[in-house]
Amino acid sequence: MADASFPGGQTTEASDPVVDIADVMQKMAEHKGCGTEGGSGKASCGSSDGPEDMPPEIWEKVKNHPCYSEEAHHHYARMHVAVAPACNIQCNYCNRKYDCANESRPGVVSERLTPEQASKKVLAVASTIPQMTVLGIAGPGDPLANPEKTFETFRLISEVAPDIKLCLSTNGLALPDWVDEIAKYKVDHVTITINMVDPEVGQHIYPWIFWEHKRLQGYEAAKVLTERQLLGLEMLTERGILAKINSVMIPGINDKHLVEVNKAVKERGAFLHNIMPLISAPEHGTVFGLNGQRGPTAQELKALQDECEGDMNMMRHCRQCRADAVGLLGEDRSAEFTTDKIMAMDVQYDAEGRKAYQQAVESERQAKVAAREDALEGLEKAGDVKLLVAVATKGHGIINEHFGHAKEFQIYELSATGAKFVGHRRVDLYCQGGYGEEDALDTITRAINDCHAVFVAKIGGCPRAELAEAGIEPVDQYAHDYIEKSAIAWFKDYIAKVEAGEIEHVSRGDAAIRQGALLSSAG
Amino acid sequence: MPYKIVASQCTNCTACEALCPNMAISEAGNTFVIDPEKCTECIGHFDEPQCVAICPVENTCVIDASVPRYTP
Ligand code: SF4
Ligand code: SF4
Ligand code: SF4
Repeated sequence: MADASFPGGQTTEASDPVVDIADVMQKMAEHKGCGTEGGSGKASCGSSDGPEDMPPEIWEKVKNHPCYSEEAHHHYARMHVAVAPACNIQCNYCNRKYDCANESRPGVVSERLTPEQASKKVLAVASTIPQMTVLGIAGPGDPLANPEKTFETFRLISEVAPDIKLCLSTNGLALPDWVDEIAKYKVDHVTITINMVDPEVGQHIYPWIFWEHKRLQGYEAAKVLTERQLLGLEMLTERGILAKINSVMIPGINDKHLVEVNKAVKERGAFLHNIMPLISAPEHGTVFGLNGQRGPTAQELKALQDECEGDMNMMRHCRQCRADAVGLLGEDRSAEFTTDKIMAMDVQYDAEGRKAYQQAVESERQAKVAAREDALEGLEKAGDVKLLVAVATKGHGIINEHFGHAKEFQIYELSATGAKFVGHRRVDLYCQGGYGEEDALDTITRAINDCHAVFVAKIGGCPRAELAEAGIEPVDQYAHDYIEKSAIAWFKDYIAKVEAGEIEHVSRGDAAIRQGALLSSAG
Repeated sequence: MPYKIVASQCTNCTACEALCPNMAISEAGNTFVIDPEKCTECIGHFDEPQCVAICPVENTCVIDASVPRYTP
């Protein structure tokens, strides 16, 4: 629980069972969120959000969804409940003794809840945390392989809290059978994990599927799976239900093929494509973990995301967070909402308070979009220079984290067009088999090795020296200022120094991706 | 009679329970169990024993050698 505070210091009000809405709104009004003064004017905080590059009807649906909009997750929270542990396929990156490895945290079991427990938990959380606007049912297991439990949970929640958005993640095998039911509960976001559109590729990812009372294997299994996934996607699109596609990038197996997957899902109306790195280590006990299949490097991942971007919205801020986490993305307040505590709670659903909070956030976000134009002047001098910087932040678009406390860094690409959010690098150290046994500082240096600078609120003398030695400039002069504005200011200085011949611009190498999903409640 | 679940391997995923044509499978503490009186090896219902086909852990739903095979 040590770190379960809201960015921006909302800890105390939010952890009380009764939330002082006025106080929360006051806090919301005080902070200015991300990208207030910086940015390119186009989706400046996150690659895929903002009204500028998204059709209005889609923006309307996703604007409060923290998983879909990098900007929204500063203001809104989602939660997942694990009510559906059964699965109808097997993925080589999954060990089902534990959670769905690539959707949540490998090696950890989520608490399995009944639909009644799950709905009570959701209402308790929603009443305590007005930011909670989205409920998801995802791994472990496949929600549509457990349709009764999934839809019963949705039914119970939609009766009491119609303002909560419902979403689910599926492997797609059973999807065509349930699209109408999904429409009935007004589930407006469905995520399908599609790793291939060619069974030749698929047979190396899926050893078997369970189909029509039989276990199919190899090519045959992958063929049925891809047909069902694409049919399901088409049916969602026909009914106006938003479909997001998740793909796990597996070097040597589907990395090049994902460009085709991107085309296929784009054609069929998917609104967002999220390419995630394979998370794979022997101790996860997965087929890929045991056979030494590696995940991609940061540069490989970014290159693929860049290649797929085109006119498709790519999602770069996915942290592969724990499926049963509670809170704003990147933080976890689950410990406040264990089943025992919830069952003992007397939950009063505060629809009015929630609405007031959400309206306050909306007006603030509008003001911010309107204010997003300056700071870019003079940037054209950058020419072709493009570089990455890392930022230690607890959220709200502010450089507000101490270097040594950061569990992840946000990565921005700086160029003549401004600052663009391109992803995260996680450096949390819970996974002992990962880099945990090595020096923590070394881990961080490796994770952000492709960055020219790291922006922090504070940094000690020792890491400062080591970073500098690794060629990464530690920058603390913009502490508690807005990320994009600061990054652009620094970038202008950098360009000026290059022009003056004080420094020489050199490209940096690749970086490593942490194996293991984000665990923000560590400690 | 003949299938049983190796308790130490069962992940508690519930998948087999709903598929059994004879409702022979139920939850018992930290695992699922097959009622040997009810299990018919799926004979007459399906070509493959359903619990074996869906179980995510190999060799978890196995023939129970301590009892005679089911005969229809
Ligand atoms: S769909 Fe999810 S739960 Fe099922 S095997 Fe694949 S990763 Fe595991
Ligand atoms: S073999 Fe068939 S009848 Fe026997 S427990 Fe498994 S699913 Fe049920
Ligand atoms: S399918 Fe296998 S792992 Fe799942 S509950 Fe049944 S026996 Fe246990």
